[in-house]
Amino acid sequence: MRPFRYHRPADVAEAVAVLAAEPEAAYLAGGTNLVDLMKLGVQRPDLLVDVTRLPLDAVEELPDGGLRIGATVRNSDLAAHPAVRRDYPVLARALLDAASGQLRNLATTGGNLLQRTRCVYFQDTGKACNKREPGTGCAARHGQNRDLAVLDWSDLCVATHPSDLAVALAALDAVVEVHEPDGPRDVPLAALHRSPGEHPERETTLERGTLITAVRLPALPAARHSTYRKVRDRASFAFAVGSVAAVLDLDGDVVRDVRLAYGAVAHRPWRAYRAEEELRGRPFSPELAARAADAELAEARPLRHNGFKLPLTRAITVRTLTELAEGARS
Amino acid sequence: MSTGAVGRAHPRLEGREKVTGTARYAVEYPVDGVTYGWAVPAAVVRGRITRVDAAPALALPGVLAVLHHGNAPRLAPGPDRGLWLLQEPAVHYRGQFVAVVVATSLEAAREAARLVRIDYDAGPHSTVLAADHPGLYRPDQVNPSYPTDTAEGDFDAGYAAAPVRMDATYRTPAYHNSPMEPHATTAQWRDGRLLVHDSNQGAAPVQATLAELFELPREAVRVVAEHVGGGFGSKGYAKAAVVLAALAARQVDRPVRLALTRQQLFGPIGYRTPTIQRVRLAADADGRLTAICHDSITQTSTIREFAEQVAVYTRSMYAAPHRRTTHRLVRLDVPTPFWMRAPGECPGAYALESAMDELATAVGIDPVELRIRNDAAVDPDLGQPFSSRNLVACLREGAERFGWADRDPTPRARRDGRWLVGTGVAGSSYPARARAAAASATARSDGGFLVRIDATDIGTGARTALWQVAADALGVPPERVEIRIGDSDLPPAGVAGGSMGTASWSWAVIGACEALRVKLRQVPGGAPADGEVTAEVSTADEVRDQPERPRYAYGAQFAEVRVDVDTGEVRVNRMLGVFAAGRVVNPTTARSQLIGGMTMGISMALHEEGVLDERYGDWVNHDLATYHITGCADVERIEAHWIDEQDGDLNPAGVKGIGEIGIVGTAAAITSAVCHATGVRVRDLPVRLDKLIALSPLA
Ligand SMILES: Cc1cc2nc3c(=O)[nH]c(=O)nc-3n(C[C@H](O)[C@H](O)[C@H](O)COP(=O)(O)OP(=O)(O)OC[C@H]3O[C@@H](n4cnc5c(N)ncnc54)[C@H](O)[C@@H]3O)c2cc1C
Ligand code: SF4
Repeated sequence: MRPFRYHRPADVAEAVAVLAAEPEAAYLAGGTNLVDLMKLGVQRPDLLVDVTRLPLDAVEELPDGGLRIGATVRNSDLAAHPAVRRDYPVLARALLDAASGQLRNLATTGGNLLQRTRCVYFQDTGKACNKREPGTGCAARHGQNRDLAVLDWSDLCVATHPSDLAVALAALDAVVEVHEPDGPRDVPLAALHRSPGEHPERETTLERGTLITAVRLPALPAARHSTYRKVRDRASFAFAVGSVAAVLDLDGDVVRDVRLAYGAVAHRPWRAYRAEEELRGRPFSPELAARAADAELAEARPLRHNGFKLPLTRAITVRTLTELAEGARS
Repeated sequence: MSTGAVGRAHPRLEGREKVTGTARYAVEYPVDGVTYGWAVPAAVVRGRITRVDAAPALALPGVLAVLHHGNAPRLAPGPDRGLWLLQEPAVHYRGQFVAVVVATSLEAAREAARLVRIDYDAGPHSTVLAADHPGLYRPDQVNPSYPTDTAEGDFDAGYAAAPVRMDATYRTPAYHNSPMEPHATTAQWRDGRLLVHDSNQGAAPVQATLAELFELPREAVRVVAEHVGGGFGSKGYAKAAVVLAALAARQVDRPVRLALTRQQLFGPIGYRTPTIQRVRLAADADGRLTAICHDSITQTSTIREFAEQVAVYTRSMYAAPHRRTTHRLVRLDVPTPFWMRAPGECPGAYALESAMDELATAVGIDPVELRIRNDAAVDPDLGQPFSSRNLVACLREGAERFGWADRDPTPRARRDGRWLVGTGVAGSSYPARARAAAASATARSDGGFLVRIDATDIGTGARTALWQVAADALGVPPERVEIRIGDSDLPPAGVAGGSMGTASWSWAVIGACEALRVKLRQVPGGAPADGEVTAEVSTADEVRDQPERPRYAYGAQFAEVRVDVDTGEVRVNRMLGVFAAGRVVNPTTARSQLIGGMTMGISMALHEEGVLDERYGDWVNHDLATYHITGCADVERIEAHWIDEQDGDLNPAGVKGIGEIGIVGTAAAITSAVCHATGVRVRDLPVRLDKLIALSPLA
């Protein structure tokens, strides 16, 4: 492990300034991802700027009915927050389905969004990985890729984004508040993560050194009727092999509004706009939900070991939406 | 006089120390001037090291040495070439330890390990087991010393003539032991003597191996393993960590601590070989077996032969006039497979017990009844009566407790909302053996007793069980007895393995306690007025002279699973096992062994899979985030029961061993339950949703 220095900034401006001045520094939040990767030699910062004492740990209910979640709010605290449980059950569910109790007590909102892929080749410095070392090749493309992407991958990288929280936030049209050397800025969550394309080493649209300060959820009364369905290889403590975040708003039988996002299928949380389009304004039925999923997955290109993700994602789309619809009717 | 400590539930003697963190494990002993070793794995699968450049590593502050084949102290070649570490430039598998860095801090050692530059000449490699691998051969014997193949009657003719037949091939992947405490050692040389605090399942064999490698008299090596955080077989023998630590400590002339990382446990410490098993069964219309054949294909390394005895289970489990078993092996460029909880029986029973379930369906007989009908009166392999055989009792009691009676065998007949529900059963057996051991018992003038034996408690509760046995043998309340284990300075005893620990050790402990009582009869007042009186015995002669005969523990596992019809997710509603394992010394720790074994069987059935990347020649999911093992949430209800079994032909304590029997049939019970729930028989483990998603009406 590379020797590193540790710094506790006094405020947001200082944190951002330090990162701007130190090319090999990194923010440290809960450390549950970064420290592991440092031990593995995958990330090698020489300075850790600990953001957990910055005043970014509040959950505020906004006057318009939305919610602002500080970047250092712990995943377990966020999942337990009454406003989250009441107004955005999809978010609480996604958080509670992730990792373990101990990890959620440490993991933060900002750190969760910026966690790195769980691609096993990325985590092993003895193997080729364009994301870790651009130009070395992608061992997963023709290797063991059961857990990896079916949508929007490139020949240079087929990794998925592992976060459950990000999938829920994608469905909720969250906005990420960031601080750059020039000052604060808003980034829609949907625009935070990138496709791998030619540059898998660039995972987000943020410039290096940008600090996430909060995540804002717009008011969305329909989200009271929302849920997250995660499928994994054991009952707890495993990353998703498929997941869906769904908000369904029915007017009688007709879909007035719907928000749908998928996890474990792409390099970023996958907002299923095409499926939503298919559903909106039509009378809900499981068949319609299946058609919507098919529309969304039409361009999917499964890899050698992950073809099952397509029927799986389709199945949980239909099942989750149907259950939400039944819940709304009863 | 018996005080009745045996048979009573008692928490582990060291439980408080463990949960409060004061129990010391191998790398936790305070040692002055200690340094830290970090093992460097080979980055190629097969080849030769052409150059080692240690300079950048040595330039780091705190780095004391980089050991490699070019400069490491010489070892005598022992029986296991895999332990002849840092002696030659040859690389036999990816991950083989080819260098060790020693530094004054763990962090410096780790960073320096990254900086050691090693160049290789790499050749082509073969790392994937296949039924048609050109390298398949017939080993001379299988682990530990069973005949490779057996045949009785005429299988081919018997099979061809039978009205009911089943023929299926089952596959299991590589499984990794990955105990909670990694293989870890603190090594110190003092005046030519070697002291290691080491995590192992038996101090004496480690002592013997180190003495051989370093060309020392045994007495010059002391191995201490007071607390051990699991091993599941992988610590049954000296492994790389202890050899590397001892080499490094000799080189830098300072104490060295070396613990393998989690990733380094996936290969170099051994693992359960992948298996390809073809089972053919034939029966008459009443389900009586007429022909049984079990052909096993497994792998070993190019370094050393390890032939897992996969089909041996089938030799003694069920009776039939025509029987055949075979083992074929292939040498691959992989680490040497090794013992993992119930080596042989565990994968073998998965195949045979699954096949019995398939036969039950084919012949239309309940799977419990089918097994009862095919119970063996005498050992089909040896032709001798069993010391005791209570498989049928386990099946009957299990069926009763589980509520098996009204089971509708039709697949997909039971539903609970979106869940398909099914049940399954399997039989289990595991040999009840014992090894020679020595123990001593000492009476003190204060009325206390000290019992000493080099047994190892790998977390099972062995220490507590022996303490209970000793108290009864001495005829005193257990509070007056102190027990000391886990040190090669103590009277020698064999490894904690093969479910032989308690049987072997209690034999010696009882012998020593009885010998002490005889001695004390000569002492006025029956207790030493001052000083001590000690008796030491060895069971070598008794164990050697015990007549050969089939001795086995038995069990029956029952499982109820549910499968999400839309996604194929499998969950285990409940698991119940009934076992016949002789006398149960301590119900608390016995239950935890049995449910632990069954939990590991759930893990095998549903979760575990070493995923090998052929190009790199190693397992890519080499940590516990990606190599899934069953978690608490996967075990909803689990019960272990045992029948009261008195078997006077075992050993003085009448115990059969319980460490392994729990896992043996479990995976078959679960996969059969999945088949009952869904109608889909998965024959390559693990059963994961990928293999069931085709069922989904929504997919
Ligand atoms: C075994 C295991 C299982 C897991 N299972 C799941 C799961 O099922 N689902 C799931 O979603 N997650 C899972 N996780 C991942 C876990 O949720 C993340 O590790 C965690 O959310 C990261 O948050 P952190 O605060 O610890 O981030 P850190 O590790 O501290 O940081 C992660 C990254 O974010 C950067 N960063 C942190 N905060 C900020 C900020 N405010 N601004 C800018 N950059 C920042 C850091 O520099 C670093 O690059 C699992 C993790 C483990 C180890
Ligand atoms: S998929 Fe991406 S992260 Fe994985 S090996 Fe390829 S480039 Fe690296």
